[in-house]
Amino acid sequence: MDAFITQQIDAYYLRIIIIIGINIILALGLNLTTGVTGQLSMGHAGFMSLGAYTAAILSLHTTLPFVVVLIAGAMAAALFGIIIGIPSLRLEGDYLAIVTIGFAEIVRVFFLNFELGGKAVGLAGIPQQTTFSIVFLIMMVVIFLNITLLNSHTGKALYSIRENEIAAQACGVNTTQLKILCFAMGAFLGGLGGGLYASYMYYISPGEFGFMKSIEILNMVVLGGMGSIPGTILGVIILTIAPEFLRVVADYRLLFYGAMLVILMIFRPNGLMGDIRWYDIKKRLPKKEVKKCQS
Amino acid sequence: MLQVNDIDVFYGSIQALKKISLEVKPGNIVTLIGANGAGKSTTLKTISGLLRPKNGSISFKGREISKTSPNKIVGMGISQVPEGRRVFPSMTVMENLKMGAYLRNDKQGIVSDLNAVFDRFPRLQERIKQMAGTLSGGEQQMLAMGRALMARPELLLMDEPSMGLAPLLVKEIFDIISFINSTGTTIFLVEQNAHMALSIANYAYVIETGKIVLSGPAQDLINSEEVKKAYMGG
Repeated sequence: MDAFITQQIDAYYLRIIIIIGINIILALGLNLTTGVTGQLSMGHAGFMSLGAYTAAILSLHTTLPFVVVLIAGAMAAALFGIIIGIPSLRLEGDYLAIVTIGFAEIVRVFFLNFELGGKAVGLAGIPQQTTFSIVFLIMMVVIFLNITLLNSHTGKALYSIRENEIAAQACGVNTTQLKILCFAMGAFLGGLGGGLYASYMYYISPGEFGFMKSIEILNMVVLGGMGSIPGTILGVIILTIAPEFLRVVADYRLLFYGAMLVILMIFRPNGLMGDIRWYDIKKRLPKKEVKKCQS
Repeated sequence: MLQVNDIDVFYGSIQALKKISLEVKPGNIVTLIGANGAGKSTTLKTISGLLRPKNGSISFKGREISKTSPNKIVGMGISQVPEGRRVFPSMTVMENLKMGAYLRNDKQGIVSDLNAVFDRFPRLQERIKQMAGTLSGGEQQMLAMGRALMARPELLLMDEPSMGLAPLLVKEIFDIISFINSTGTTIFLVEQNAHMALSIANYAYVIETGKIVLSGPAQDLINSEEVKKAYMGG
């Protein structure tokens, strides 16, 4: 299938499509932690790099199948997700954000000095096993599991923590368990995306997983609409494609990118799809009919 | 039903509650009244497991709950209406109510309790698909109460239901509290509005800077000069 796709689609576009797929996996992870459960995490790149390095080192030094390598990377990130989830029990908002920024920096500096990870030079020659079909398949599974989770009993409980933690506790929601779980799941997807990224890029270095990367993913979630799966996907698509379109303005690319974010947030403060609900759309339809009759 | 024995609660190094003891008998409305910062909400939060007492014990139906986690306490039959109308603002009224039944699995029971809540609060039924955050203050209080009832509690803890509501609404809310009690739910009510609380309660405790200073049948306290002076402006 991949051979067919590489023939049909221009390499440049295919690359963007694959990056969109990887970013969707990353952003849906952050969406669980920050968008749905409301635990502001600004260190998603830390989880991503843990997954990326674990997967890269494993595929360079072992002959494990790619799926195992990816899952190992994701599990490594999830483990740290649990660790970073523990302070979230006592901290919220800005304070939690600082902890997560600190965590991502620790991870970055660790890999900067990590012998096996190639230190500042990074790791090169990672076997490229990430293909369009693998990314697409994993992305679909991730989207499906996200939808299933958010429509479930547990999903509603996760939303309720974001909405009002004390009220959630009063309803009998085990907020301790679920907050750690949301960090673990978010980190898992971060690590999974990181593993795919490493294997797609051949080369990774600690610099790629800096603070700006975390913010970039956070932007996608916030722009799309916190907690909304279609919103997050839309946010990813827009923010991944935008820099490509903005190549025309060359040096002013980042300026336009920033301006675009500001303008979008002014007109859609809750994100593109953050406040759209299915029954709102349904409700609007019959109303229009009534108006027609009156006029 | 609920027995609180000599609990001490601290916020860091500050002692908020000093040897508080009280009892809630089944079927009663028991109220804890006192001024701002006296420790009313702290007492309630300790009972519902959000705060831990340093010393003392809390038992519910004979079982010690002072070390039980809040979600298990809800499961045991104690439901709380938190202070300040804590609804889930961007969830609908229906979703809010369903969250109240979070720990329950009996679909039939949930549906019949939903209908019971709508009978009691018809205004919530009219606004079933509205975001809870767009409701008025009184409606949000009703929603918070309805949500707590969805857990089908044996003991309902209420934290200042009158807070920030117009006098007419306060009366309505207290009528509803009496009605809920008449259907068999025991109520422990924390209130600043002493007059209102005493008018519906069976038994009352008066708290002042972390200590119970007075207790007795509500009817006696309502006429007590001491309470009148301290909490109702003479």
